[in-house]
Amino acid sequence: MQYAILIYDKPGSYEALAPDEFERVMAEYGPITEDPAVRGGAQLQPVLTATTVRVDGGQTLTTDGPFADTKEVLGGYYVIDVEDLDQALEFAARIPSARMGGAVEVRPIVGRGALETRRED
Amino acid sequence: MEWGRVLAALMGFLGDFDLAEEATADAFATAAERWPDDGVPPNPGGWLTTTAKRRAIDLIRRRASLAEKLSLLDQPESHLDEKDEMDEFDDPATVIGDERLELIFMCCHPALATESQVALTLRALGGLSTAEIAGAFLVGEETMKRRLSRGRAKIRAARVPFAVPADHLLPERLAAVLAVVYLIYNEGYGGRVELAAEAIRLGRVLTALMPDEPEVHGLLALMLIQHARHRARFAGGDLVLLADQDRSLWDGEAIVDGRRLLDRAIALRGRGQYVLQAAIASLQLEPEPDWLQISGLYERLIELTGSEVVKLNHAVAVAQAGDPSRALELIDRLALDGYSYMHSARGELLARLGRSGESRCAFERALALSRSEAERRFLENRLSEL
Repeated sequence: MQYAILIYDKPGSYEALAPDEFERVMAEYGPITEDPAVRGGAQLQPVLTATTVRVDGGQTLTTDGPFADTKEVLGGYYVIDVEDLDQALEFAARIPSARMGGAVEVRPIVGRGALETRRED
Repeated sequence: MEWGRVLAALMGFLGDFDLAEEATADAFATAAERWPDDGVPPNPGGWLTTTAKRRAIDLIRRRASLAEKLSLLDQPESHLDEKDEMDEFDDPATVIGDERLELIFMCCHPALATESQVALTLRALGGLSTAEIAGAFLVGEETMKRRLSRGRAKIRAARVPFAVPADHLLPERLAAVLAVVYLIYNEGYGGRVELAAEAIRLGRVLTALMPDEPEVHGLLALMLIQHARHRARFAGGDLVLLADQDRSLWDGEAIVDGRRLLDRAIALRGRGQYVLQAAIASLQLEPEPDWLQISGLYERLIELTGSEVVKLNHAVAVAQAGDPSRALELIDRLALDGYSYMHSARGELLARLGRSGESRCAFERALALSRSEAERRFLENRLSEL
């Protein structure tokens, strides 16, 4: 079962760390990324680099900034393959942003089985 | 509780909650049809489980286009052979595996919304119909149906595990289960007695399934001791305070049972919030309660929960122990301005301290905030006495 692990950072939470603390926190991502459950993922550039596109009546509207105007910003994600939600939640709880004022959202990825159940609804 | 046991066995067998529920419902319907004529089989649980499994396989076959579901049939299930099945029905000694614990932990998983946890638990473990659950919570049947299906959809799509959590997760998950049961109980305590009885039945199942968990015994003890007084809490629709209750209306058997469970919880070194609350409830039943001891137990409960409502109860115990001025000081520190009980407790204390003008104001504030008819009548009486 695959899950997307979406990492929302509290803006400025990493910048606020002292250099040695920052090193320590970043080092934690090593074993997380190396976890055999990980199927992919990426760290995103800061939100000020984001561009949002909407298409309205064939017209492309391009605006500066992220889509959602929320306090936390999407800073990166993993795709993991684990047995069930409990394992996914445990993986999510290891991510430093979760304890640094941010949050980690766990979303199951639509797979073959999930598509099927959707059709049944 | 047979419903929960059969559903849990089917869930363990199929791994598909919706299918398990459908097959279980069909098996119960078949039983309702046949048992009156054929007689109850010697092993009703085994009969129901096997009938439900057979029904599930029919359902899967009917949905044969869904190839993935068919693969379920590849699982070795030798006893599904027709002949073995009949032997199983006839042998009362056949033990049907009990997977209700897995079912409870799945229904009360913290990834589900509280209202879904409650509805799913009553549906899956209690075997209540959607209409019954809707009626108990005073919501429409459609609303309840949506709540249940939202919960089921998440269980399926996010793969909420059908399992007893690993040891390191157990304390947190068990707390979630107990919170759901106590929530169901408290809905009943507001006057809808059937839910309270349902919560007590769930509590009994939990104590049987987790005999070594003190908080499980503590919660059941608490519910039994409180529920023992339910007939005495109202007189012709009017609220009766503990001290004025007719003790002959108390359910002595439930109290004995509750206290026995409380002893067991304490022997298991239980010092959690439900054990403490049960101990307090038990002490309050004494003709002359030891309010100093009760106030001490509330202090420990405050350490555990930090709850403002517990602090209010503590203050009341302090007053009962003979120190209304200190109790008033404690109450005036609380952040419970929107809570009618805080104002009525304040009103009582002010009256005892001879400050009747302030007391009136407090009771009037309580009256304005009160949401129950019986409570309002009680407060109006109190005001007219002042």
